[in-house]
Amino acid sequence: MLGMSMTTVGLAHYLFVSLVLLCLGLFCVLTRRNAIGVLMGIELILNSAGINFVAASRFGSSGFDGQVFAVFIIMLAAAESAIGLAVVLGIYRRMRAIDTSRLTTLQG
Amino acid sequence: MDLGNAASLAYHVPELVLAGGSIVVLLLDVFTGMKARLGEVALLIVAFAIFTIGYGASAQQGYLFNRMVALDSFALFFKFLFGFTTLATIWMSTGSRELDGEHPGEYYSILLAGTLGMFYMASATNLLMAYLALEFVSLTSYILSGFLRHRERGAEASLKYLIYGGVASGAMLYGFSLLYALTGTLDYAELGHKLAAVAAVPGNGAILFIAVTLTLVGIGYKIAMVPFHQWSPDVYEGSPLPITAYLAVGSKAAGLALLIRFFYPALSSAVGDGTWTALHGVAWPTLMSVVAMVTMTVGNLTALRQQNVKRLLAYSSIAHAGYMLMGFVVLTDGGLRAILFYSVVYYLMNLGAFAVLLLVVNQTGREDIEAFRGLAWRGGAPVAIAMLIFLFSLAGLPPFAGFIGKAYLFAAVIEQKMWLLALVAALNSVVGLAYYVRIARAMFLDQPVAGDPEIAVDTSNGVLIGMLVAGTLVFGLWWTPVINFADRSVVFFGN
Repeated sequence: MLGMSMTTVGLAHYLFVSLVLLCLGLFCVLTRRNAIGVLMGIELILNSAGINFVAASRFGSSGFDGQVFAVFIIMLAAAESAIGLAVVLGIYRRMRAIDTSRLTTLQG
Repeated sequence: MDLGNAASLAYHVPELVLAGGSIVVLLLDVFTGMKARLGEVALLIVAFAIFTIGYGASAQQGYLFNRMVALDSFALFFKFLFGFTTLATIWMSTGSRELDGEHPGEYYSILLAGTLGMFYMASATNLLMAYLALEFVSLTSYILSGFLRHRERGAEASLKYLIYGGVASGAMLYGFSLLYALTGTLDYAELGHKLAAVAAVPGNGAILFIAVTLTLVGIGYKIAMVPFHQWSPDVYEGSPLPITAYLAVGSKAAGLALLIRFFYPALSSAVGDGTWTALHGVAWPTLMSVVAMVTMTVGNLTALRQQNVKRLLAYSSIAHAGYMLMGFVVLTDGGLRAILFYSVVYYLMNLGAFAVLLLVVNQTGREDIEAFRGLAWRGGAPVAIAMLIFLFSLAGLPPFAGFIGKAYLFAAVIEQKMWLLALVAALNSVVGLAYYVRIARAMFLDQPVAGDPEIAVDTSNGVLIGMLVAGTLVFGLWWTPVINFADRSVVFFGN
């Protein structure tokens, strides 16, 4: 199952896509200075795991556990974004900017 | 016992009380004019929840909600600990000046919800449930740490926490998804059985190691384990003080509970004579013992140069996470028992230090070491003595409870002949003493400067500090009941 086949798309292809997505998400989190950009990077990371779950559920013999997990990931990602955006909005109201490199009150 | 959804409710009373209580507090805030009394209401709700945990302690053990959570001694132990942590947090919040009039309805409601999440973190036996519980606690903590929105530090702390937490839980989730791809199950017990077969296949070792390491990122961030600790000093400093205490004690213990349940019953197998064997081919005990050594060293060395006491206690709590991890890597029941015992002791002494700090912050408005200057000579002598006891206990000096806690951890490590770990921990204890003594010196040996305000002890905070001092002293001399309770609690259902 894990082996790459030339003709059909198998589990390995999905795992590869999700790995690329994970790396892109991490890259986004590490390089973006805009707080919203960072939050988008986190979304990419969460969704890369979601792809893994759905693919493993589709190609395994374990029923729908993985699909259910993916639905929960989507829900929690939404909740996390809601809180994240609320915090970012609060920061914008105070500082008129959402640049993470300007958040330097807490250091040491 | 393996119950379905409806039948499980009867064994799920503490969680129902907390969930209901969280809603009740919110409704009371909206529909009645009792804003000033919501703290007391929340206190009663948590006290009732603790009572129901005790009431259910004699009940059977087993799986609830179709094997989503386990009801066993281990979970009960941590539920008690979280209940009492929240009790103390609410107590501190009602006496905190910085939280005065700051939307008490939302505050206490979210606090109760966060505690509910911690309960699930200690009892989850399914990867999905573990993830949901961890996120539940994280999301509530993000809100609580930035609760004082008008303070720049609060918003900054909240955003930093959210970004670190989001990445860490994302990494953990990726690890979970790899475990699921390898085994096709989310259930801890089944995972353990299937991983043994998976690990035996050559070539799977690397993927398995990556999956386990990624999982460690998510849980490690929760307990502020190096190198995933950077958020904690900033968040601890920026949060309202009761929330700092809540995160330092409750959230950390919840992370440890999740860590232990995932790595012991799920990923290791009990040999029978109180020792465990780790999953073949995945060297997490070695990895974690290095991490434990680095964690305590980084925490202690950085604490040395802190001027802000909140931040100093944050680094000290990182160091204490390192000490507690010593009991985690030895793979014995004795090690786990030592962690459980230490979390009780840590609860008493760390919350105590935060309660004294709260008193000082309330009356001086400052949280740096200079705010403690000559504390004993300006009306705060009893509080200064209490602080001295908490600090010496944190440093691990006899005859306080912290010494006994450390003794059990060291005994577990030395029993397994891990000399290097024991040596590093011993050296760290000496370093730790240096910065605890710094606060003690400021309180007793420095003279107050003209203009330093007098410290008056109010009843509410005084009673809390008094109880925590009593616990630290009593358990330093007569710890048998606690260690017996911890001993009985190293029982996992379904293993």
